[in-house]
Amino acid sequence: MDNSRRSFIKISALGASGLALSATAFGSFNANALTENNKLAESAKNLKRTPTYCEVCFWKCAAWAYTDENNNIKKLIGNEIDPHCNGRLCPRGTGGVGMYADDDRLKTPLIRTKGEGEDTFREASWEEALTLIASKMQGIKDTYGPESMALLKHGSPGSHFEHLFKAYGSDTIAEPAYAQCRGPRETGFGLTFGAWVGSPEPTDIRDTKCLVLIGSHIGENMHNTQVQEMSQAIDNGATIITVDPRFSTAASKSNHWLPIKPSTDIALLLTWMHVIIYEDLYDKDYVERYGSGFDKLKEHVKNYTPEWAYGITTIKPEEIRKTARLMAAASPSVIVHPGRHVVWYGDDSQRERAIAILNGLLGSWGRRGGFYFKEKIKIPKFPQPAYPHPKWGWEEIGEKYPFAEMGITNELIKASIPEENHKHQVKAWFIAGTNLVNTIPQREVMEKAIDAVEFIVAVDTMPMEITGYADVVLPECTYLERYDGIRSATNREPSIALRMPAAEPRFDSKPAWWIAKQLGEKLGLHDYFNYNDFKEVIAWQLEQLGTSLEEMEKIGVKKFPRKSGSMFIEEGQPYEFATDDGKIQFYSSELAEKGFDPMPVYTSHDAPDSGFYRLNYGRSPMHTFSRTINNPNLSDLTDENKLWVNPKVARIEGLKKDQEVWLENQDGVISTFPIKVRVTERIRWDSVYMYHGFGHNNKKLSRAYGKGASDTQLITKVDIDPLMGGTGMRSNFVKFLTTNPHKEIES
Amino acid sequence: MRYAMVIDTLKCVGCSDCVVACQTENNVPVGYCRDWVTESVSGGYPTLDLELKSERCNHCDNAPCVRCCPTGASHEGEGGIILVTENECIGCGACIESCPYDARFQHPEGYVDKCTFCHHRLEEGQNPACVSVCPTNCMYFGDLDDPTSEVSKLLETRKYKVLAPEAGTDPNVYYLIK
Amino acid sequence: MEEELFISGRNIPNIDPNLEVWHFPISLYLFLGGMAAGIIFFASLFTIMKKEKEVPTAVKSGMIVVIIAISIGLLALIYDLTHKLYVWQLYMTIRIESPMSWGAWVLLVITILSFLWVFSYFTEMFPKWDLKFDFLKKFQTYLIENRRTLAIILLPLSVILGIYTGILLSAFNARPLWNNSILGPLFLTSGLSTGAAAIILFSKNQYEKHLFGKIDLALIILELGLIIHMIMGMYAGSAVQLEALDILIGGEYTVMFFVFVVILGLIFPAIIEGIEIMGYKVPSIVPALLVLMGGLIFRMVMVEAGQLTRYLY
Repeated sequence: MDNSRRSFIKISALGASGLALSATAFGSFNANALTENNKLAESAKNLKRTPTYCEVCFWKCAAWAYTDENNNIKKLIGNEIDPHCNGRLCPRGTGGVGMYADDDRLKTPLIRTKGEGEDTFREASWEEALTLIASKMQGIKDTYGPESMALLKHGSPGSHFEHLFKAYGSDTIAEPAYAQCRGPRETGFGLTFGAWVGSPEPTDIRDTKCLVLIGSHIGENMHNTQVQEMSQAIDNGATIITVDPRFSTAASKSNHWLPIKPSTDIALLLTWMHVIIYEDLYDKDYVERYGSGFDKLKEHVKNYTPEWAYGITTIKPEEIRKTARLMAAASPSVIVHPGRHVVWYGDDSQRERAIAILNGLLGSWGRRGGFYFKEKIKIPKFPQPAYPHPKWGWEEIGEKYPFAEMGITNELIKASIPEENHKHQVKAWFIAGTNLVNTIPQREVMEKAIDAVEFIVAVDTMPMEITGYADVVLPECTYLERYDGIRSATNREPSIALRMPAAEPRFDSKPAWWIAKQLGEKLGLHDYFNYNDFKEVIAWQLEQLGTSLEEMEKIGVKKFPRKSGSMFIEEGQPYEFATDDGKIQFYSSELAEKGFDPMPVYTSHDAPDSGFYRLNYGRSPMHTFSRTINNPNLSDLTDENKLWVNPKVARIEGLKKDQEVWLENQDGVISTFPIKVRVTERIRWDSVYMYHGFGHNNKKLSRAYGKGASDTQLITKVDIDPLMGGTGMRSNFVKFLTTNPHKEIES
Repeated sequence: MRYAMVIDTLKCVGCSDCVVACQTENNVPVGYCRDWVTESVSGGYPTLDLELKSERCNHCDNAPCVRCCPTGASHEGEGGIILVTENECIGCGACIESCPYDARFQHPEGYVDKCTFCHHRLEEGQNPACVSVCPTNCMYFGDLDDPTSEVSKLLETRKYKVLAPEAGTDPNVYYLIK
Repeated sequence: MEEELFISGRNIPNIDPNLEVWHFPISLYLFLGGMAAGIIFFASLFTIMKKEKEVPTAVKSGMIVVIIAISIGLLALIYDLTHKLYVWQLYMTIRIESPMSWGAWVLLVITILSFLWVFSYFTEMFPKWDLKFDFLKKFQTYLIENRRTLAIILLPLSVILGIYTGILLSAFNARPLWNNSILGPLFLTSGLSTGAAAIILFSKNQYEKHLFGKIDLALIILELGLIIHMIMGMYAGSAVQLEALDILIGGEYTVMFFVFVVILGLIFPAIIEGIEIMGYKVPSIVPALLVLMGGLIFRMVMVEAGQLTRYLY
């Protein structure tokens, strides 16, 4: 039992009982004895509900926030008609109330002051902080051009600042969600089907007969609709095949778990293609009608036999054949899932292409039980002047990577380091809603960039590590305390969702739209912010969409009928894919032209030296990245990560359950904090595993500080995807240190 | 009427939404819980089995906590739900000692607290908070005396188990295992 | 390999990682209750047998010890309640299935009767204090006349109280260490033994000391037999009982149990008392104190170790 945790609980319990005692002391001898249940039932009737959509992760489920008579947010319940959640939020969504209640929140604007020896923050007024930022932004614009001011963002606040930046003249914008997460799959699927997978993924899991997961751990990632639909698939008796070196939760729900040797997925995918083609199991009509380059593919995978793959993947040939046949038997109602966090080994776009090709062979794109054609509502743009045209932006910074379709955060960071001699120099950062410290690998490079840039603004609700590097920190209020843009996301049928404040902002925090507007006004960009309250923008947009703010306040979510036609390809009808030749490209001429492999090939990747173990990381279902670790409700569920170690490894290394170890990686980087060992059969003997996002080192995060280790800190080697610039992060190897390495240095 | 909860371990992913939904629904103070999630792993790599379970008070037919309560604060309510009347509870802890599931705890206010099957929601015709929030839909709630209820049908057609049957408590939370 | 863990939700104060709901006050309460039961038992028994003159300590100062012990015990019990303001709820109902309930009632009746008992001896014990009111004197006379009736009521009640201290624990199926039917008789025997030891401790009468020395020796031998019985019973029990037994005979509480309870609290005083009976002069205070200490530690061990034993997790 962790003592500090226990004492924390005691302190909070004391606080609660202190409050409660006074209440019961009065009520205790009341003849009319109220039971707890009656009280709850009574108070439930008095709760007021306000529509919102969740901001704890990117799924953005629509929900109702329930507030009591004192305007305290009591609970969050999913909106029944929302296709993202169907009335059921995930634990993070339900626990979103903790984001509002967290007393560690940023409370006032902070400005860095150069103290004696050490920099400190001082509290500032909004006026002072905003004036300072505006003058710095103006200065950057005048000296280097607005392009030199970069926006690094995530989530809803990001979109308000994106508007500000485009109005200001900068398109130097990036989000880690691309090159540190799902970018490669958009490239891989885009090159094959001419369409991004997008978010939420248009996977028809509920009607599938066979779901294939390649390292995707649905159920540990709580991508709500997918978790819900995987459950339906289990009920429907669908076959689930999971490829993962770790016995993930999804693997435990699978009919077939292929415990693959890490980094060899492409070999397995090529072999599956081989079996499906050479056993004549592919969807011939579909491939012929909609595909191009099939013969080249057939020739390409000729030698990739299951026996060949066995030596590489350690998966038995029979198992490879059996699973390939199962997929084919389910075709076209089969999904080889693209996954989401897919930046693994640097050949990720090619692996994603292999997944896309496999789906093409199985005829699952645009088919029931495969991938449906998603649709979303276009939100009309509030009247404003056209944005100016920047001379350069994210595209030019990432021009080395011809298939990058969004800003590459790590490239923007590199472009901030003068020694890198980048053609386009970034001079200042505006960071909104993303904790780069626990997101971007190669911390050393980032710190160099941080040293080099002239000015950093960080907007966040919490004192995340990145705020510690900023010159000005702005406290954003949480999603439960503000209006935000109308949520319009892709799904089977289009829908919109409203977010409105359920409570007044706590402390001196402000909504992102307000911050963006204030800065816009100060920068002379009033015409782009021609409203007093963002509510007016929403009201105008809703009118345009044929509804109203009043209606949306009552229903929260509104569905619209599809306009783009059927969700699936009409059987036997022509269909034009958005690729060069209008076909599913089994052979990519575009890749060939630019000097890349037109069809995926397997290349071997580094394996750990003896005494080292591959550092694998993934999601805790109770947390979103590093953002929620301090949330009182969610830290109550899981407040630290543990290091999964195979019992054989534990025996060799002499590790015991719950023993604290420090980790040192191949580059000699040592984890700041120790992590407790979990000895489990669920992990292979060549790898270790931990949840991502823990090991916070900002003491202001009272519940998260020093709890577990940070995987990001130990990722110093990245394998860059040459197609789109993604940072492959799965080739870092660690060894165990059983005594405190930091103490030795001190003494 | 005999209320029961049926939980499908084949679908549960252990996300713990049930835990946080219960806490916010029932004002359970942070650091305490009326339900929780366990994981059991058996076998050796790569022949493994994983079972995830959402656990709580079993609202036993033969409830030791009700028997041992000296004041009658712990009692059986409608449909066999075991409840605690906080104004009658003296906090002696006997019921906590008596529970083979360790499902009861001392609320910071002093009385003993535990799962109520969200009694207050049932009155409004709603399912318990944990059941209605579960993203995997692995939890079912209903009346075992009604043979047409979903829970009755599930227990009729699926293989199930209960926790600590050897404790002889006749629990009313069932786990589907096949 | 088998692995069992909590994913979330369980780190509740006093519940996890193991139960710590009942603390030292409960052990003290059980100990004092048992000892009081023992003294009352002997006081009533000798009164019924009309031999109260032979055991003056048992019937007089012994019963004062009873009142003090029960009062401290009750205070300890209330101290360990977490919802103290509602303690009166105990006496709003009688619940036969709840040992805590009927135990509380028995204790209440015993407390009242013990006060009456002591009052009946008041003038005899404190001749200098004059009962000022006539009705008090009349009442005392009435009590003295009916002392045997009091004894007849108290004798079975004391047995119930002694057994109750054991049944309070053994009624919990959920705690495998407690859940054996021998715990009632065992705690009763231990209570009688500590009661006898308390009488020895306060007695200035050689005959009485000797008499209770013999009684105590017999009770200790009986108690040792019951402990062996308990261990054998658990040894032949289910997996959870075996695990529970392990805590006593090969775990955290082994030293406490064998050294302090069995050897120092039972065997050693039994030997001294045996030597004394054989005619050697031994300070009788030593075995008496050891028995009392052993009795208290025995309750502590059982209360704490019992809470380590569970069905799940």
